[in-house]
Amino acid sequence: MNDSDEPSNALVRPYAVTRGRTRPRVEIAIEALVETTARGRDASVVGGREQQLIAGLCALRVQSLAEIAARMQMPLGVARVLVADMAADGLVAVYEPTAVGDDAVGTELLERVLSGLRRL
Amino acid sequence: MGFGGSDEGYRRPSGRVTSSKIVIAGGFGVGKTTLVGSVSEITPLTTEAIMTSASVGVDETAGVPGKTTTTVAMDFGRITIDQDLILYLFGTPGQTRFWFMWDELVKGAIGAIVLVDTRRLADCFAAVDFFEHRGLPYLVAVNCFDGVQLHQLEDVREALAVGPQVPVIPCDARSRESTKQVLITLVEYVLNMRRTRQTTPSR
Ligand SMILES: Nc1nc2c(ncn2[C@@H]2O[C@H](COP(=O)(O)OP(=O)(O)O)[C@@H](O)[C@H]2O)c(=O)[nH]1
Ligand SMILES: [Mg+2]
Repeated sequence: MNDSDEPSNALVRPYAVTRGRTRPRVEIAIEALVETTARGRDASVVGGREQQLIAGLCALRVQSLAEIAARMQMPLGVARVLVADMAADGLVAVYEPTAVGDDAVGTELLERVLSGLRRL
Repeated sequence: MGFGGSDEGYRRPSGRVTSSKIVIAGGFGVGKTTLVGSVSEITPLTTEAIMTSASVGVDETAGVPGKTTTTVAMDFGRITIDQDLILYLFGTPGQTRFWFMWDELVKGAIGAIVLVDTRRLADCFAAVDFFEHRGLPYLVAVNCFDGVQLHQLEDVREALAVGPQVPVIPCDARSRESTKQVLITLVEYVLNMRRTRQTTPSR
């Protein structure tokens, strides 16, 4: 996968499951958490093998977009398109990360992370 | 280890959960994956991002002959901080050709660990430049392949031309305790920086 001069078909293939779409409906951060909803746990409403696998994965435990891509063995961009579709269909809930900005939210997060790390 | 620490017996989070991340940068073979693996509750996973000219916004139709691609593999691990907060560690090669990925990686991150091998210091120059430029707090962790002397740490600081406030610390990427200490040092550094900034009016 690392060769920059591989045939261009190799580019298209990963995106076959998204029918060629490379842009997600909504941007999802790489560390955003994904959890299957009650609706998504009903296999009959989930179309497509990939989506079913993702729904199964995130019903067991919340997973980041990165984990989904890795466990599905698909590029990050492909997982992002699929998860965005599933979120739009109410099959999964996406929880945004807490960005460490200059505000009190950032400070609180850092303090929680620090005490969590000390407890490890 | 606490909540969610094993791959078995998952417990479902109740209500809202959120996440955060720390970036681990450094040259190939410097020990990024080893470091991530030493504290992660999951075996480090790998994900690949592909950049085609389509994904930089030129054209949406992938697969036009002659397009170039770059693939960057990231290794990452996961630490459940508490019931509703998960910390991710993303290890990525510090090379300029992968910068398309770095923008996304540093966005909202707590900070970065620049992992260095004293035998190949130059491998981390690009990462240091990038974090300086982006204003992302970072520290330098010297992976002690063969043990590191204190004077070497100061040599590293000088060679990288990092400011006196940036922590330059030794670590053993294979050791959970050592990696934990590196992470704690980073978060403490970020917190202290914020407190200093808040008590120093008009900068
Ligand atoms: N002796 C020693 N070997 C290490 C240390 N850290 C990493 N390694 C080894 O160095 C090699 C490269 O490490 P890896 O974590 O894959 O590097 P990465 O390319 O930065 O992810 C592996 O064979 C590791 O086992 C260390 O602190 N001491
Ligand atoms: Mg690696």
